[in-house]
Amino acid sequence: MPRTIRTDLVVIGGGPAGLTAAISAAESGVKNIILIERQSKLGGILSQCIHNGFGLRYFNQELTGPEYAQRFIDELTSFPQIEVKLNTMVIQLGSNHRVVTVNDLEGLVCYQATAIILAMGCRERPRGAINIPGTRPAGIYTAGTIQHLMNIDGYLPGKEAVVLGSGDIGLIMARRLTLEGVRVRAVLELMAYSNGLNRNIVQCLEDYEIPLFLSHTVTKIYGDKRIQGVKAAPVDENHNPILERVFTLLCDTLVLSVGLIPENELSLMAGIGLDPTTKGPLVDSSYQTTVSGIFACGNVVHVHDLVDDVSEESKVTGRAAAAYVLGQKTLMRQVKFKIGRNIRSIVPQSLFIDGQTTIYIRAEYPETDAILKVGKGKARQRVVSPGETIRYLVKPEDVHDYNEFVPVSIEGGESS
Amino acid sequence: MTELTCIVCPIGCRIRVNEEFETLNITGNRCPRGAVYAKNEIIAPKRILTAVVKVAGINEMLSVKTSEDIPKEKIFTAMQEIKKIIVDHPVKIGQVIKRNLVGTNVDLVATKNISSP
Amino acid sequence: MYLPQVDVLIIGAGIVGAALARELSRYELEVLLIDKEADVSFGTSKANSGIVHSGIHDQPGTLKAMLSVKGCKLYPEMAAQLGFLYKQNGALVVARSTDEMGALEELCHNGHANGVNNIDLLTKEDLGKLESNLAQDLAGGVLVPSGGIVVPFDLVFALTENAIANGVKLMVNTEAQMISIGKEGFLVNTNRGAIRTKTIVNAAGLYGGKVAAMIGDDSIMIYPRKGEEYLLDRKLEGLVYRTVFPLPSKVSKGILVIPTVDGNIMLGPTAQRVKNHDSSTTISGWNQIYSEVKTLVPTLNPTDLITAFAGLRAVANTGDFIVSPSPISTRFINAVGIESPGLTAAPAMAKYITDLIRETGLSLKLKREFNPERSIVRMRDLSQTEQAAMIRKDPAYARIVCRCEMVSEGEIRDALHRGATTLDGVKLRTRSGMGRCQGGFCTPKIIRIISEELGLAPDEITKKGLGSQLLYGWLRDETGSCIREEEELHA
Repeated sequence: MPRTIRTDLVVIGGGPAGLTAAISAAESGVKNIILIERQSKLGGILSQCIHNGFGLRYFNQELTGPEYAQRFIDELTSFPQIEVKLNTMVIQLGSNHRVVTVNDLEGLVCYQATAIILAMGCRERPRGAINIPGTRPAGIYTAGTIQHLMNIDGYLPGKEAVVLGSGDIGLIMARRLTLEGVRVRAVLELMAYSNGLNRNIVQCLEDYEIPLFLSHTVTKIYGDKRIQGVKAAPVDENHNPILERVFTLLCDTLVLSVGLIPENELSLMAGIGLDPTTKGPLVDSSYQTTVSGIFACGNVVHVHDLVDDVSEESKVTGRAAAAYVLGQKTLMRQVKFKIGRNIRSIVPQSLFIDGQTTIYIRAEYPETDAILKVGKGKARQRVVSPGETIRYLVKPEDVHDYNEFVPVSIEGGESS
Repeated sequence: MTELTCIVCPIGCRIRVNEEFETLNITGNRCPRGAVYAKNEIIAPKRILTAVVKVAGINEMLSVKTSEDIPKEKIFTAMQEIKKIIVDHPVKIGQVIKRNLVGTNVDLVATKNISSP
Repeated sequence: MYLPQVDVLIIGAGIVGAALARELSRYELEVLLIDKEADVSFGTSKANSGIVHSGIHDQPGTLKAMLSVKGCKLYPEMAAQLGFLYKQNGALVVARSTDEMGALEELCHNGHANGVNNIDLLTKEDLGKLESNLAQDLAGGVLVPSGGIVVPFDLVFALTENAIANGVKLMVNTEAQMISIGKEGFLVNTNRGAIRTKTIVNAAGLYGGKVAAMIGDDSIMIYPRKGEEYLLDRKLEGLVYRTVFPLPSKVSKGILVIPTVDGNIMLGPTAQRVKNHDSSTTISGWNQIYSEVKTLVPTLNPTDLITAFAGLRAVANTGDFIVSPSPISTRFINAVGIESPGLTAAPAMAKYITDLIRETGLSLKLKREFNPERSIVRMRDLSQTEQAAMIRKDPAYARIVCRCEMVSEGEIRDALHRGATTLDGVKLRTRSGMGRCQGGFCTPKIIRIISEELGLAPDEITKKGLGSQLLYGWLRDETGSCIREEEELHA
């Protein structure tokens, strides 16, 4: 049995979500906070996101990933009640609030925490999850891995690349590779539209004349030892490849940017209920999960397109966890969201009907000139894009007439 | 008439630029920064460049950025110059790594801290 | 490494070569095991389904039947000695309809004829009680408790390491190119020097025919038959407990639902004759597998796929194993055409080949200091108390590198000390990179550790040997102008 240490709050993950949540909890009066991070430095995924575009909302400034993270890392020093454990992995989480960790300085240590905040972020979907046929050579990397290899480790991963997936990470890496002298032959996107921000289409693809093939996919990987090329083809409306139009793209590197999956193995271990669409925990507007006293924020709850939203959300979470630790009970009526037309997911999935809460919505398909309806509330949406989160500030009058379910939908638009 | 997507912020307004006589008629932007961007994009496009630089004796790369945007056509020559740089540790965020990168009058600055081992 | 004279040269370090090497290491013999790949098991064996068959499927009177039944019985003791992952979970052969019940009974008779005594005939109700996730409309089945599962490459590593610990020499990246026959033995030319040996065992898998031809033996024809396998997330552990077989076809034992020892569900294999050693996975292969396994376990879902791979069986044109001295020279023993149930048969085949070696006149004296045991550290299988003890011994065991499969830096370094020189070699010895993120998180760390431990430059680190480099070098040259700036920019 590892030794057990009692503490007020354990935050799992030292990326932007965990950092903000820990600081917010400390500001709200929590006395003992343990912030656990498996890497040797704080910052999470931001440490390898050397490009800019972070902080426009939160700091009103355009920062690179590491700079954004540093703002919070610097702020930590004002909070001696936050103890940081680097190079530490959580290997077990219980619904009884026991957190078992391991590192090479202290070995196995168990924390018995009054409250826990989950901020573990996401992992990338690998090749096997989308079942690309072909051989299994070297040179196939997910975008985040290749980003780490280049931006942290300083390796040159290849010379000629094809990128599958036009989400932001794929686009950013297409540019990054090009700047380092790698020839990016094409970016292929399964959907008829790109999931990434428009600005990234411009500054990552158009700037470098990298062709974008919408409604295309990779149908086969070939090369025995190192990848030698891929077969690509356009897809029909069911996303099935039109094999008569297969063509070859020679390359020695395939970059996969085909989806992020919230990292919820620990959540499952603790018996926390997950939302099958977001693959993250079901949370209420205080970001408490289905297990009392366990909260979650950041990409572990749902994939965000802007880290600024992560910080906003995590501030709320830190405050709520603090209220829990300090025994401040809130007896408020909760309502759940009922998903209607053109809504893929809503986070948080349920709401305390007090004050104002920002909710984060993802649409299913693109539209223009539509109206977002949240209960009695309405907001015009000039452009609806599945790749971009819709933020809506819910006011009590939007929802207080509803007993249990508040309908949310996007109506009256034209498909783009 | 040129249509372009503003890259100043994540909204990505679709901006229309009409060249009338000697003025530019700019529409579609939701904020004044977009108008500035559109004008520059037509006349002299600029970009912020982010990259990494080697740190002597350390296994981790230093992330850097240009302190302002630089002419788009100078990006690759800027990269050539960046590739030659080796910096000593420690490095502080904001530290100037190279002044006046490829004659742009813009500095290359560190965007993270690297401590000495 | 140049050895003037060995007693036995084993060409091929797959399951057959490794099992034989371990068996021969019991004796006072100079044994050299060579393989042309960068690591042992990197040919057909690493893509094996990992099933220890009971022997009910094989035609009575064949080598396959005799050696598989014997081999199956040797596994429990071998697993206890060598510490490889093994479970005797039992095999379940099911009939999809009452039409198939006749064939099921025939399978029982076949099993009895092969000496497999413990075979239980099951009704539809029995099936439901044993495995709750099987399809409701299966007509009946047969349970064979002696069947088991292993991790095939883990088994090959265990055999090879124990063989080496007991004196066998191993040379990888070593390809036999030419063999000349002399009075006292053979002279074998390889890409890494010449070897003299009294005896040769040809366990060269897909290249068995090519190696036999090196002494002028043109009787061996080996052709590749591809099998695709699909792996599902470990969260499905417990979906089935026993390995589920349909009734066999003429060509293969069928497409199975396999609960792996590590807890994944594996679906496959297909059986397709291919050209050019094509080991690609295909859409048609997946479609065939998925449509068939759905009739066995209806809740299987493609969203749980984490990876897929394919292997090439080395099939001989005789329909049975070829394990016999070559007609050209009795000291050249062929052990080829080892398709299913080759893995099961291997330990028994090793003893069988040892007898053949004895018959060549080589004197086989048992070593007094033979140590049959071998064990490795698997942190994730230890209790927290045992983990704490390992960490006290070496803090590297506390640094988790692969978070999906809970593999520590200590185990990664152990793998490199145990003979891994490639990313796959590390992966297959430790399971790092085999979890749901498929190496997305741990690969940069492992690359760093490999480069440190083996002193390799970035472009020298490979996935599975020569030609499969992971990187092309450093982004920045080591030489450059060094710039030190004292000033800070005020933001």
